[in-house]
Amino acid sequence: MTLLIQYTLIFASVLTLVALGGCFSEHSGVINLGLEGIMVMGALGGALALKSFGNAPYVVVVIGTILISAASGLLYSVLLGVASIHFKADQTLVGTAMNILSTAAATVIVKAINMAENPDNVSSTIQYVNAKKAFIVRMGSFEFNWFMLVALIGLITAYVLLYKTRFGLRLMACGENPQAADSVGINVFRMRWAGVLISGILGGIGGIVYITAGVSEWKFETGVAGFGFLALAVMIFGQWKPINIGLAAILFGFFRALSNVYSGFDFLAALKLPGTVYNMMPYVISLVVLAFTSKNSRAPKAEGIPYDKGSR
Amino acid sequence: MAENYAIEMLGITKRFPGIIANDNITLRLRHGEIHALLGENGAGKSTLMSVLFGLYQAEEGTIRKDGKEVKINNPNDANDLGIGMVHQHFKLVQCFTVLDNIILGVETTNHGFLEKKKAREKVMALSEKYGLMVDPDAKIEDITVGMQQRTEILKMLYRDNEILIFDEPTAVLTPQEITELMQIMRNLAAEGKSILFISHKLNEIMEVADRCSVLRRGKYIGTVDIADTTKEELSRMMVGRDVQLVVEKKDAEPGNVVLEVENMTVASRVHRNNAVKNVSFKVREGEIVCIAGIDGNGQTELVYGLSGLEPLVSGKILLEGQDISRAPIRTRSKDMGHIPEDRHKHGLVLDYSLEYNLVLQRYFEPEFVSGAGFLKKKNIRKYAEKLIDEYDVRSGQGPITIARSMSGGNQQKAIIGRELDRKPKCLIAVQPTRGLDVGAIENIHAQLIKQRDAGCAILLVSLELEEVMDVSDRILVMYEGEIVGELDPKKTTPEELGLYMSGAKREEVHA
Repeated sequence: MTLLIQYTLIFASVLTLVALGGCFSEHSGVINLGLEGIMVMGALGGALALKSFGNAPYVVVVIGTILISAASGLLYSVLLGVASIHFKADQTLVGTAMNILSTAAATVIVKAINMAENPDNVSSTIQYVNAKKAFIVRMGSFEFNWFMLVALIGLITAYVLLYKTRFGLRLMACGENPQAADSVGINVFRMRWAGVLISGILGGIGGIVYITAGVSEWKFETGVAGFGFLALAVMIFGQWKPINIGLAAILFGFFRALSNVYSGFDFLAALKLPGTVYNMMPYVISLVVLAFTSKNSRAPKAEGIPYDKGSR
Repeated sequence: MAENYAIEMLGITKRFPGIIANDNITLRLRHGEIHALLGENGAGKSTLMSVLFGLYQAEEGTIRKDGKEVKINNPNDANDLGIGMVHQHFKLVQCFTVLDNIILGVETTNHGFLEKKKAREKVMALSEKYGLMVDPDAKIEDITVGMQQRTEILKMLYRDNEILIFDEPTAVLTPQEITELMQIMRNLAAEGKSILFISHKLNEIMEVADRCSVLRRGKYIGTVDIADTTKEELSRMMVGRDVQLVVEKKDAEPGNVVLEVENMTVASRVHRNNAVKNVSFKVREGEIVCIAGIDGNGQTELVYGLSGLEPLVSGKILLEGQDISRAPIRTRSKDMGHIPEDRHKHGLVLDYSLEYNLVLQRYFEPEFVSGAGFLKKKNIRKYAEKLIDEYDVRSGQGPITIARSMSGGNQQKAIIGRELDRKPKCLIAVQPTRGLDVGAIENIHAQLIKQRDAGCAILLVSLELEEVMDVSDRILVMYEGEIVGELDPKKTTPEELGLYMSGAKREEVHA
């Protein structure tokens, strides 16, 4: 049971962080379908950091890894910003391209690194068994993970930023009616850049949390297995509102956690369902939930439309 | 010493590729006056105001504020100079509250957090002072167009703007709201604000403005004192010729019933209730029946039901005795012309060329398509040219002009040409003159009456009292989805009509 809670919370942390990233981007008016790719890049940066920090003090490992993951995600999100804000490209296409590119690029990079260390090692796997321990604080049988705190802080910050500050008001105005924002002297392009870059930071951190959540090594060929898209589903189910996103993340995180721990529950094990069924659960649930709720969902009005000063 | 003006725009020239939008225009706005800027669509009013508001930069000419020359490079400069503008299409964020919209861009913060308490006090004080009733906590998407406009006005006042530009502010309002707006504008002027009022509605200008400057095709025609002028003179200045302000027509000679509606009920798309409730009426050949009413009383849904855009909940529609209650749109449109309320959404494919738009209702006929399904482009071109010529549709490149680039008046003429050329037995015209200028309105009214005299049964839906009184032969008033009165335009008055429209008066109607 403790294990279930623990896994639920850590997966919910991933989903919260990434969905909040999407939330910032979309509130500024840019659809970020590239979250999946941003997660991969964040995971890559973080995994390399974990690998190279090795035996540094825990504080350094934790803070360093978070910063490098965030920076990797941020850097990668610049692609989206340049293409969709600066060159007014189709945001859906750019996001899709970013997803394809990221997994491929990460695989190539990791293989190159592995081969440089040992010519016989052509795997795309990075191991971080020891370094990963820096994030974990044992509380009895419950393993507290610093990332849970990061997600919680992210959630509260996002709420305050969006609803209580000038920045949030202006950001959301750009995603709803950029013409209106422009007419009162708000720089729409700058706000959209802010939205995209924040989503890069959060998506990047989400990436490293995801690949350290249940395992101690990651094979980069698998990307992040659709978790970026699951986060988008969480964002939509959460109606682009931080608190709702947090709750939605716990729901989806719970189903994802089941697949890690179902064998520990007698009545679930007795069902003798193949493990893949549990693996499928969060994705199937997201399909069902969105099919029933998306009709009433209210996305930022201007999202997906490049801002053109001339049009009225 | 010369008179001190709030704003002077001297010799403004603004060119766009191919046209001179403003040609050496001079406009002087006095302190505390309501100054109307009159001109047809495309006369250059909006361009001139965009120059003043910093959206465009003029090639020639200077702008002075209080006698001092100023440069206005963007809306922020304009704002700093105390110039504010209510745009024709409101610049409001739908899901924000009224208060958030007002403070957006000039928020006050306390340690980085939004400080709304003082803002609210200031807004409420302004609201009270000028009679601008708003609910600061209501979301824009939930409030009426009138309240949205008051929000826009408060936005300017909150920024302490002294020079207020109103771009076609009455186009979207109901008659009652227009009266209210006029009073608000007078209050503002009395408090020393200087107002520029862009319009092409002569009645409103005569009622509220102190002076009026007229533009025609990018040129400055002149400025007159309203006290010394007449509607006729203003319209002559605006159009360049005498305009028939009163619609001339013979008495109607109604013949057989063409369109018969029995107990029709149509659901609303916006809310779950029925928008049209058990409505019955008849339209005969050779008469114009007008559905009058305040916007949102079921007129839109009534037309959707008739034209097939929305299925009926119950009831029957008979066209020439044929039951078309369940008929598909193409069957209906064979004998029924439809000039839709929203010409962009239901009237045209905006990104298609004019010629394709002109054959939208006929492209499937053998004249325009071969048996194998290929379009006969030559015939389409020939047909389009014929319609363009007959209905005087003006556009940049003729048949190949993209519909989106055409002016509203010419888009409407294209739709009217397309619908009338098919010689429909019944025509449904929904606000056919909305947003158009005097010249275009005159043309459209004449077309409708010509069509009537040729024996067409016309159902006209209009929100403009003047149009209702002038054009129709019979008036049906709609209120909350029901027809609450049938009136004879020759015997009734706008006041009586207003009573029916507001629900204060009703009678049982079996038209």
